[in-house]
Amino acid sequence: MADQKEQETSVFTEEVIKEVIFRVHRFSPDDGKPPRMQDYKVPVKRGMTVLDGLHYIRDNLDSTLSYRFSCRMAICGSCGMFINNLPRLACKTQILELEADTIEVKPLPNYEVIKDLVPDLSDFFEKHRSVMPYLIREEEEEKIDPPTNEFLQTPDELERFLQFAYCTKCGLCLAGCPTVATDKVFLGPMALAQAFRYNSDTRDQGFEKRLELLCVPEGPWRCHFAGSCSEVCPKGVDPALGVQLLKGQIVFTKLGLKKPHKIAPLATEKPEAKRRPGIPEAPPRTVKKSEKL
Amino acid sequence: MREPTLWIFHILAGIIILIFLGIHMGIMHLDTILTSLGVGYKNPLNWSSVLIRNKALFFTITYILLLGAALYHGFYGLRNILFELSLGKSAQKAVNWLLFFVGLFLFIYGGYAAIAAYVI
Repeated sequence: MADQKEQETSVFTEEVIKEVIFRVHRFSPDDGKPPRMQDYKVPVKRGMTVLDGLHYIRDNLDSTLSYRFSCRMAICGSCGMFINNLPRLACKTQILELEADTIEVKPLPNYEVIKDLVPDLSDFFEKHRSVMPYLIREEEEEKIDPPTNEFLQTPDELERFLQFAYCTKCGLCLAGCPTVATDKVFLGPMALAQAFRYNSDTRDQGFEKRLELLCVPEGPWRCHFAGSCSEVCPKGVDPALGVQLLKGQIVFTKLGLKKPHKIAPLATEKPEAKRRPGIPEAPPRTVKKSEKL
Repeated sequence: MREPTLWIFHILAGIIILIFLGIHMGIMHLDTILTSLGVGYKNPLNWSSVLIRNKALFFTITYILLLGAALYHGFYGLRNILFELSLGKSAQKAVNWLLFFVGLFLFIYGGYAAIAAYVI
């Protein structure tokens, strides 16, 4: 009896709670038809996400539906979509929490559409690449993989940029950005927040190099501080804040009011780490290690 | 490197506007309070009151500063809006020069009015 009651109240019940209409954007560059919306009836169980709903459609109703996903747990940032008029991750959006009988699923705005719900993110990643989003060091030996040793960074120094390191590059911030909507060349909140993230990292020495790339009309100066990017970020990152801090970083440096940050020194000794008893050896590497980056 | 400089001026212009527009609003709309405190002008829109302010060097300077700051702030904002239309490099250059000359003309014209009112 107790088991039965537990089963009834379990969140993992398989009972269909309601039926929802999925109104899905369909477009294929090959069939010559204009983009259209197509309706599918999806039985919803407790705990189902919009991504689960799309899986249901693909597996049972229409195998031609294209969408992008990977980890199903809001880590990889692949399944960004425009769900009921907001950019969201499909894997993180519970259908029942939308409290709607019709769920409209479209590809992310501000991107070209490759097919159905798949946006073309190549421009987005190109903008990211353009701000040199990696640690730049002056010492030649530190550019070799593996570097000679660890860089020493205090927890306080880490705290200055940590939240921006949680960015999964899902592209939702650019989909929500009103400036990107009209200005396609604007670098956008993700790339700019990442520029701030690396500029603020004490292990990095690339501020001067990034400065040249950021002091362009399509740089942080175009940001109106609407804050939509922060509103839609599924990881709780505040890219709008990052862009404002980046403006301050550049301006105060230019005015001579801000000194370059302290550079994290290289650890002189290798940290001693001993394997705990009972922990097996790691399996051999499956990818050949390159000598240089 | 020009963009950060333009943006710094934009912020400075905003601060100047905040201060001088504050003074302007205070004189125009808080005259009862200010005169009871022994400052400001009674009936600030009366011709005699306008004339007194026009003949004061402080006001002439503030008018010119406010005019310059407002023009720069406004035209920089307009430039941003126009640039967001994904203009090409040559169109951006044309917008820059057009806004510069229109702004300069308005500044000279408005500055002349403020100085003429002081001198005449």
